[in-house]
Formats: sequence, structure tokens, C-alpha cells
Amino acid sequence: MANMSLKKNEMPVQHPEARNKNFKEVALGYTEEQAIDEAKRCLHCKNKPCVSGCPVQINIPDFIAQVADGNFEQAYKIITESSSLPAVCGRVCPQENQCEAKCVRGIKGEPVAIGRLERFVADWHNSQPEKPVEKPVSNGHKVAVIGSGPSGLACASDLAKKGYDVTIFEALHVAGGVLSYGIPEFRLPKSIVQKEIDGLKELGVKIETNTVVGKTVSVDELIEEYGFESIFIGSGAGLPRFMNIKGENLNGVYSANEFLTRINLMKAYKPDAVTPVQAGRKAVIVGGGNVAMDAARCAKRLGAEVYVVYRRTENELPARAEEIEHAKEEGIIFKFLTNPVEIKADEKGWVKSIVCQEQKLSEPDASGRAKPVPVPDAFFEIETDSVIMAIGTSPNPLIKSTTSGLDTQKWGGIIADENGLTSKKGVYAGGDAVTGAATVILAMGAGKTSATAIDEYIKNNS
Amino acid sequence: MFEISEKKSLNPTVTLMKINAPKVARKCEPGQFIILRTDEDGERIPLTIADFDREAGTVTIIFQIVGATTEKLNHMNVGDCLQDFVGPLGKATETDGLKKVAVVGGGVGCAIAYPVAKKLHELGVEVHSVVGFRNKDLVILEDEFRNASTKFVLMSDDGSAGEKGLVTDALKKLIESGEKYDRVITIGPLIMMKFVCQLTKNYDIPTVASMNPIMIDGTGMCGGCRLTVGGETKFACVDGPEFDGHLIDFDEAMARSAMYRPFERRTHEDTCNLFREVENNG
Repeated sequence: MANMSLKKNEMPVQHPEARNKNFKEVALGYTEEQAIDEAKRCLHCKNKPCVSGCPVQINIPDFIAQVADGNFEQAYKIITESSSLPAVCGRVCPQENQCEAKCVRGIKGEPVAIGRLERFVADWHNSQPEKPVEKPVSNGHKVAVIGSGPSGLACASDLAKKGYDVTIFEALHVAGGVLSYGIPEFRLPKSIVQKEIDGLKELGVKIETNTVVGKTVSVDELIEEYGFESIFIGSGAGLPRFMNIKGENLNGVYSANEFLTRINLMKAYKPDAVTPVQAGRKAVIVGGGNVAMDAARCAKRLGAEVYVVYRRTENELPARAEEIEHAKEEGIIFKFLTNPVEIKADEKGWVKSIVCQEQKLSEPDASGRAKPVPVPDAFFEIETDSVIMAIGTSPNPLIKSTTSGLDTQKWGGIIADENGLTSKKGVYAGGDAVTGAATVILAMGAGKTSATAIDEYIKNNS
Repeated sequence: MFEISEKKSLNPTVTLMKINAPKVARKCEPGQFIILRTDEDGERIPLTIADFDREAGTVTIIFQIVGATTEKLNHMNVGDCLQDFVGPLGKATETDGLKKVAVVGGGVGCAIAYPVAKKLHELGVEVHSVVGFRNKDLVILEDEFRNASTKFVLMSDDGSAGEKGLVTDALKKLIESGEKYDRVITIGPLIMMKFVCQLTKNYDIPTVASMNPIMIDGTGMCGGCRLTVGGETKFACVDGPEFDGHLIDFDEAMARSAMYRPFERRTHEDTCNLFREVENNG
């Protein structure tokens, strides 16, 4: 008998007033009882609308049926047939726009908490005693993966399982890409990312950190000198955008990338850290996406009074619903229909205030969202010690500029077909490097698609 | 891990190290830089490449002990390993078409100016090197510069080495005496580079300054190293580190370089105290 409650089982969380002062994980995860109870809300629709909402088509009703029966390991097997990173995606996917948006239970009441169940299953699996991984039999073919973010990890994992000799090249000193430098500990504990990376190493994947492809070694050299038969480029969208307004280079103005990298990668939030970060007494975050929410909540945890300024309204905020809700609970103040026009300095070159202009919404723009237009003469000033620009990123030009015959879009994205094949033979690409900044799950899906295509390419060429 | 294969103290606050880093040594060129971390919890610091040996697979770095990390680095010895060493980053010095160049270095910046002078010299360019230090105890790489230059001028603030005065005084004298340079390349403290660029602007001599701002990743990701050049924001890590000195907003760069100074002073003192304790108890 299905559980006909209109509401999801609530996610246990740290109290907002406690968590906005620490970097420990906010959401604590379902208990077995909660998971089974929630799983029983699934109606097992024949046409599985939820699956159509999942970028990697996880067989959602089947895994939920196993959870309802208490067969958690079986549920894990079903998820990992389609996803490489369930513990990550269960935490960071925008489920409300994907699987849960299509859930029939959502028509009247709340949809089944698919994301929370995915997370539960992955965490349950990870808490079990580890069984030794069987290393796949090597097929002797070498593939290079550039970047160790979601797309690279997924691609490497699928290829390694097929027996390929895979090497991941990572520019930073730690693997994980945005999962390591971008998403904060309180939303995605780094131990979970590390677990995924350790799993890859057990499969025989080699990870070469401190290697900037395009500088330390080029794509052409990887093919011609190192003997890689195929390459997957998953180098992400790491180049931060700025607004090009006056005062943006003042002390105390950060890109969200820099602010988050200092905190997540360099652990600047720890009292004994040698890498500094300064949120100040008051911080203004510009932007409304997940990165803006992450930066805002980090600044709050560092002790600042935090404002998020966004040029549209709450309805257009692109961040995950849960992050917006958590941010509000933690005391972050939102200023909607507000756009910065200038950052002012004190006499020592530090940020003193940010001048903003009121906006109103008009016709939808190219993105389909209502376009904000400035209200004439409606300016106001917010005193602040720091400003964090979280207005997007674009693909890093480093690989494009050093690889012969690799075509890119005008805005920098690598041009690739539906299998990830680029204009260069044997070279595939996926994730944010192709699409521009998007989600973890889309990047992971692209990595998996390319892994299949690379397998076929190498088989046909040998 | 990247082993330290040689260590030499150049003066009381400047140390030279050769690091075993074959992948970097294979590709690097004068003007480029690396980023290193001393240990697992270390910060990432950029250092410009001072020399390299492709066959031996080593890269030479020269650093001044200014903060916690350089203090820690200076306590490491031959045989010890650096946790991370990544590069080569940034663009190499452009040398195409140059016939006569003045290389103007100041303080520890001379460590970076030297490989540039050396490369130009090897390419057959006429190199005039003007280097300045506070006093004679701080002079580094004097013989190396002499060997790489047609003309060598040593300056010191107090006159204890070479001539008394600033590098700008010496450069002005050379220009006024009729030396015609295709380019001036300047590497040193921001304030020195600012005045070198002001001087050469008066004479319309194209001038390149090598910037060394605060950065984290060195690949264009953090934007911490941004500076204004000709009214446009540039990232020193990928667009530089060398820029048209007549277009750089030096005042902004100086303000930005001071952003973490109080923090650096504190961590430096903590580190010094820690080493003192270890030495006293060890």
C-alpha cells in the first residue's frame, strides 16, 4: 500500500543558527526508516515520467522499489547502471527541475523525494564494509582524460571498467574539479568526493595532478608523443566573468571562483590555514545561481552580514530551491531587482560601498527570462567590506589556444557533436567545456556518452 | 613529489634552489613562472623561473624570504621534496626582432631579469643590464649578469656597491648618452617598475614590465591576479606576466599587492616562532 502523505519526509538538517557558524554538512540524510517510508510514496507509474526528467535516465521507480523493500544494495546497483556519482548528484542535482518536476505525486502535494533517496542509497552503500574491487582486465589501449571534474571522472570510470588504460590530467594539486574547489564542504563533504576518486584509482585509473594541459603538455603531444589513442576534454568552465564596472579591481572584490577556491581548496576557513580569505564584517554577493548561494553561505559562516543582490526577482533565481531556502534560513538578506553599477573605495583602496540601481522586469530575453531594465535615477548605496562577483564563468581558452584543429564557438565553448566528438580526430569533449557553465549531472552524462563513443572509436580503429 | 637537488644562499634573505621537475624543465622559457606548495597544508605561491636545465630536468627558483611559505621553503634542504610544483605558466618573454635591449632589474627581481638577459644575449641581442640593490650585502647574480651583458651597471641605494643611486638614474644616463634601445624590460618592485616606465615613456621607448601579483591557481580560474592594462582588466597568470609597462595601472597593482599584508606578517611571525621553538628544543 502506497504512503499517500502529500508531503515528503522532511530532511533532517543542522539548525540554521548552528550551521551558519560551521562548515559541516547542512543536510544530515534520511534514516533507513525515513527512506523506506518515503520510497513507499512512489506510485510506480508505468510510463515513468521521472526517468524522462533525469539527464542520465536513472531507472528511478526500480531503485525506489528496492529501497521500499529494504534492498539498499540492489537499489545502489540500479542507480550506478546509469550514474557514476550518486552520492554527489543526490546532493547537488536540481531535482526540482528534473526528475521530481515530472513526478505524478507532485501534481497534488510534493513529489517523491527522489534526490534524498538517491543520496540515502549512495551513503548507505558507502557506509558498508568495502569489498575489494576487481580490476578489469586491461585491453592495452591508452586514453587521456583532461580535467578531473564530474565529466572527466565519469568518462574515466566507464572507460576503466571496459579495460582501458586511463590517465586523468588535472591542473590543480587536488582532483575533483568544481566538486573540490567550488562546492563547499557544508553542501558536499570532500570525503565523498575523495571516495569517488579513490574508487577510480582502485579501477586502475592514474591521476596526474599539477599538470596543466596546454602548458605542461599539449593535446597534440599527448597523442603524438605519449601515445594516447583518444582524448576526452572535460576542462570545465573555469574563467570567471566580471561586470566591468568601476571599482571591480579594488581590494576586497573577489570572483566567486577565487573566494570559493580559497575556502574549499585551500581550506581558508580553518583557523590555522596559511591561505587567507577576507569576507569582512559585511559582504555583498552579486548573482543568483548556486555559486552565488555557496559564496553567500560561506561568507556568512566566516562571520559576515551577507547580502545577495540579484537583478531579477526571486522567481527567476537560477539556484536550486533547497539552497535558496537554506540561505534564507541562515540569515542571508536578498535584494532583488538590484544591479550594481559601481564599487567605491576608501582612501586605502579597499571596498567601502557598492552603488546599485533598481531594476524592473520587461519582455523575456534570449534566455526566456524576463529582462531586467534599469529604473532611471533609482540608485542606492550599500556599505560593505567585500564584494563577491558570482555572475558566471566561461570555458578556459588554454586548451583551445594550444591544440591544432580544435574548433570552438565564439564564446569559447568547444564544438562537439552529440557523442562529444570534436573537430579533431579521436578527441572528444563534454561538460561545461562544451556547454558553458551547467550542472554536475549534465557534465557526468556527457562524460559517460563520450566514454561509449571513445570505446567504439578505438575498437573500429584497431 | 619534487626533490630539491641544490640549495644556495645568495644573500641573507634570498635563496636559490634547483628543483627536480622534468616536465616543467622540458617546456619552460624565460619569463614564465611556476606555482609551488611546500607541504600538504601549504599555500600555493607563484615564483618566476630563474633558470632551467632541460637535460638534467631541473628548474631553478630564486626567492626572497618574505612570508610564512618562503620561510618554510627556506628551511627545506637538498633531498627534501616539495609537495607540488606546476608549470610552466604564463607567457614567455617575447624576443622576436629585438636588436638592443636594456634589462632593468631591482632586488630579487634580478633573479627573473637574469634569464631574460641571458636568453637575449644568446640570441645575439645587445644587452645592457642595469641592476639595483639596497646595499652590497643584497647583491645577487653579479657575475651572471656581467657574462650576459654588453654593458653592466650596478647601482645601490647607499653606494656600497657600484654607483650610488636608483636604476632610473642609471637608465636615464644611458638614454641621454645616446643609447638607442628597441625595448626596455623591467623586473623588480612595483614602485621601481612604475618609475622606470614613467622614464621610458618620456623617451617613447617600448617597455615591458613583469608582474608578480597574488594568485592561486595560475591558470585563469581565480582572477585574483587581475590588473588594469590600458583600461582593460587582464589576468597576469594567462595574459602575462609581462605587459606593456606604459599601460599598466601601477597604483592599483600596488594597492592589490598589499591586500593580505597584515595576514602575511602574522603568519610569518608565527612560522618564525615555530622554527625558533624547534631549534631551541631540538
